Amino acid sequence: MTNSPLTPGIVAGRLGAEALAGNFADIAPRFDAHEARVAADRCYFCHDAPCMTACPTTIDIPLFIRQIATGTPEAAAKTIFSQNILGGMCARVCPTEQLCEEVCVREVAEGKPVEIGRLQRFATDSLMAAGVHPFARAKPTGKRVAVVGAGPAGLSAAHRLAMKGHEVVIYDPRPKAGGLNEYGIASYKAPGDFAADEVAWLMKIGGIRVEHGKALGSGLTLDGLRKDHDAVVLAVGLAGVNALRAEGEALDNVLNAVDFIAGLRQAADKAALRIGRDVVVIGGGMTAVDAAVQSKLLGAENVTIVYRRGQERMSASAHEQDHAASAGVRILHNAAPVRVHGNGAAQEVEFAYTEDGPGGLTLKGETFRLKADQVMKAIGQVLDGAPEGLRIEGGKIAVTGAGRTSVPGVWAAGDCASGGEDLTVTAVAEGRDAAEDIHASLMGQAG
Amino acid sequence: MADLTTNFIGIKSPNPFWLASAPPTDKEYNVRRAYEAGWGGVVWKTLGSEGPPVVNVNGPRYGAIWGADRRLLGLNNIELITDRPLEVNLREIKQVKRDYPDRALVISLMVPCDEESWRAILKAIEDTGADGVELNFGCPHGMSERGMGSAVGQVPEYIEMVTRWVKQHSRMPCIVKLTPNITDVRKPAEAAKRGGADAVSLINTINSITSVNLDSFAPEPTIDGKGAHGGYCGPAVKPIALSMVSEIARNPETRGLPISGIGGVTTWRDAAEFMALGAGTVQVCTAAMTYGFKVVQEMISGLSQYLDEHQMSVGDLVGRAVPNVTDWNQLNLNYVTKAQIDQDLCIKCGRCYAACEDTSHQAIAMSDDRTFTVKDEDCVACNLCIDVCPVESCITMRQLGKGEVDPRTGKTVGDYANWTTHPNNPMAQAAE
Repeated sequence: MTNSPLTPGIVAGRLGAEALAGNFADIAPRFDAHEARVAADRCYFCHDAPCMTACPTTIDIPLFIRQIATGTPEAAAKTIFSQNILGGMCARVCPTEQLCEEVCVREVAEGKPVEIGRLQRFATDSLMAAGVHPFARAKPTGKRVAVVGAGPAGLSAAHRLAMKGHEVVIYDPRPKAGGLNEYGIASYKAPGDFAADEVAWLMKIGGIRVEHGKALGSGLTLDGLRKDHDAVVLAVGLAGVNALRAEGEALDNVLNAVDFIAGLRQAADKAALRIGRDVVVIGGGMTAVDAAVQSKLLGAENVTIVYRRGQERMSASAHEQDHAASAGVRILHNAAPVRVHGNGAAQEVEFAYTEDGPGGLTLKGETFRLKADQVMKAIGQVLDGAPEGLRIEGGKIAVTGAGRTSVPGVWAAGDCASGGEDLTVTAVAEGRDAAEDIHASLMGQAG
Repeated sequence: MADLTTNFIGIKSPNPFWLASAPPTDKEYNVRRAYEAGWGGVVWKTLGSEGPPVVNVNGPRYGAIWGADRRLLGLNNIELITDRPLEVNLREIKQVKRDYPDRALVISLMVPCDEESWRAILKAIEDTGADGVELNFGCPHGMSERGMGSAVGQVPEYIEMVTRWVKQHSRMPCIVKLTPNITDVRKPAEAAKRGGADAVSLINTINSITSVNLDSFAPEPTIDGKGAHGGYCGPAVKPIALSMVSEIARNPETRGLPISGIGGVTTWRDAAEFMALGAGTVQVCTAAMTYGFKVVQEMISGLSQYLDEHQMSVGDLVGRAVPNVTDWNQLNLNYVTKAQIDQDLCIKCGRCYAACEDTSHQAIAMSDDRTFTVKDEDCVACNLCIDVCPVESCITMRQLGKGEVDPRTGKTVGDYANWTTHPNNPMAQAAE
C-alpha cells in the first residue's frame, strides 16, 4: 500500500521515486556554454562595479564575467577562487538578489540583473569538473594553526593558511567536513555530493588535516589548543537552537528545522524519509523556508510557515518567499505560537495574533489553531558552549579587526563571531581575512 | 504605402531591393523563391565562359564572426563563380525571366580579359531576356589568381577596356561591379565611366581572413589544414561601403553616375542610408543568407513607412545626403558642443567615466554616490562617452550657441570657420 500526501500522520513515501527525484533535482541547472556567453555578454564591465562592492568576498565580478565571455571559464574560476575559495557553493546558495545582483546596474535599470550567481557557477564548475586546484602552497613556515569547525569560515581560513605555508589542523564534531554546506543547505540547492566534493577539492592545496569527532568541551580545550599551536581560529558556528518558549514544546514531533534539513541532506533515499501530512514551520528566515519547501517536496499536504512579525521583517529574501509560495507553502504573518497541543505527540499549534508596535511585539487576545503532525522550530540559532575567558558580545564571540578575539592568539570567524551577516559568503570572507591577519601576525613575529 | 518602383538605368523593378550576385542567385530554384518572397530584382550568380565550369572546394566555403548571442556580423567566402554549365544557367535565366517579367534580372559576368571571350559570352546571353549585365571586377579570391575578378578591378585601364568591349558588343545596360580592395575607389569608377558603363555597383567583398584556428594554426575556413583569404561581407563592412559609395557620388568626375549600393544591407534603414548617399538600388546577400529571403518584407515595409512619414518619394531620397559629405577641412571649427548626462536615464555603470578618464580627456567626474557629470572645462565633445554608454539617449551633445563662451578654451563661439582659414594652419588662406 503506497502513501500519498493525504495519508494521515507521519509517513514515508508520500510521493513516488520519480516525483521525488524531480523535486530534489538541481533548482538552477548549470548554464551550458552558449547560455553562459549570452548571459556574460549582458555585463557592462562597470567601472568600480557596484556588484563587486556588494560581494562580501569582493570577487572581481566584471573581470570573471569577461573571462567567461572570452571563452576562458577556468581563468574566471581562478579570479573567483582567489577571493572566495568556496565560490562554488556560494554560487549556489548566495542570496545574490540581496547582494551582487541587487545592485547590478541592469537590475536597477531594467529589473533584470546579469545572472552573476549562475555565471559564477558556470565558471567554478568548469574548473572543479576538470579536477584542477588552481593554487599551490608556499614553502612551509613551520607554524601550526588550529581551526575549530569545518564549516565555510573554518575551511576558508584553513585553505588560506595552508596556502601561505602553515600547517593546519581542523577539528570538527561531525563525521563530514563542510558544516552548514554539508548539513544545512536545502538539498535542491546543492544536489549530489557537491559539498563533500568541494571540500575534497579544497583539500588538494595540501597541509590541512581534519580531525573529526572533536569539539571544544568534547576532547578539546582552548588552552590546550593554544599551547599546541601558534594560532587558533574559532569557527564553530551557532550550534544552539532558540527555544519556542511555548507550552507543549517538549511534545514528540516538535523538532529543530536545522536537524530536519541535515537529516534530509544526508538521506540516501528520500522516499524513506517520514514527513507529516500537516507541517507547521515557525520562523521567518532562510532555514524556515528551506524546511518548509522541502517538507512540501517530500509530499506533505499542508505546509505553513508562521512568522510572528510582518512580511517586511522576514529575513528570508523576497526571492526565497516567492520560491516557498510557488512550491505551495502558505506563509502566515503576525502570529506567534503560544501552545503546542497534543497527547504525547504534537497535533495542533495554537497561535496568537500579534501587533508590532513602537513598544515591541504584543500578543492580541485572539488565537487560532493549525493542525500539525510535525512542528519545526526555525527561530534562529545561538552560540553554544563558547570557551570561558572569551569576551562575548550580543551572544557572539566579540572580535575586532580581522577576527581578533579578546584572547591573544585566538581569532574567530563566521556565524560565531560578532559583526557581519550570517551568510556562507560572509563566513568565507571572515575566515580568509582572519587567515591573512594570522599570517601577518605570525610572520611578523618570525621576522 | 509609398511607391517603391525603381527605374535604374532603364531596368525596372517593383522595389529597389535586389539580391546581389552570390550563392543565393546561383539557380532557378533559389531565384524563383526570391521573387516569390518579394525581391525586386536579382543579379544572377556570375557566369563564366563556355566549357568545363569552375570547381569549388569541397570543404567549408564560409567563415564568420559573431556578436552576442551568435548574431552573425561578418561573413567571409571562398566560393567561386557558378560551377554549373553555362547552358544550364542560360536556360534557367530565360525561363525565370519569362515567368517574372516585372522583376529585374541582371546577369553577372566574368570571363578572361580578352575581347573575344567577352564578345562570345555577350552573344551567348543575348536571347535570355535578361535586363542587363553586371561585370564582376570584384571577386577577390580564386578567380583573381587567374587574372579575372578583382585582378581586373584593380587596374583602371583594364576596367575601361573591358567595359568598352561590352558596350560595343551588347546593347544591354551595363553595370560595373567594383572591388574595395584598392586605395582609391574613385579611379576604377572613373575608368568604368570612361569605358561607357551605365552604372557602377559596390562594394564587392573585402580580402579577409575571419579567424585563425589556434590549435591547428590555420586560417579559417580551413581546407585540409590550409586556408586562403576570402571575401568579407555582411553588417561589419557597411561603413566601408557607405564611404566608398559616397566618394563616387560626390566625385566631380563621376557625379550622377548611377550606383547600385552593396555592403552589409540588413534592414530597410541600411538600404535607406545607401540610397541617401546616392544608390538607386541596393543589393543584398548576407542578410538573405543569414535569415532567408523573407527579410525583404521588412525592408519593403520599413522603407515605405519611412518615405510616407517623411512625405518623400524614392527619387527624393536617392542622393539626398551627398551634398553633406565633405572634406575634413570644410568642417566648422566653431561648432562647439558639450556632452551632458541625463541623470534620470543614467544607470551608473561608469563606462563613460572609465573611457574618458583612461583614454580621453578626463572630462567626466564621478562622485562617491556614483553620480557622473561632465566637466565642461575639459570636454572636447569627442563623443566617446555616448558611444560606450549602454543607454540610448542618456548622454547627448548640447550645442553652444553663438556668443557663448566655451569653458574649455575661454573663446566665444563665433561664425562658421574651417581649417583652411585657421591661424594654426601654415597653409591658411586669408578669409575672404
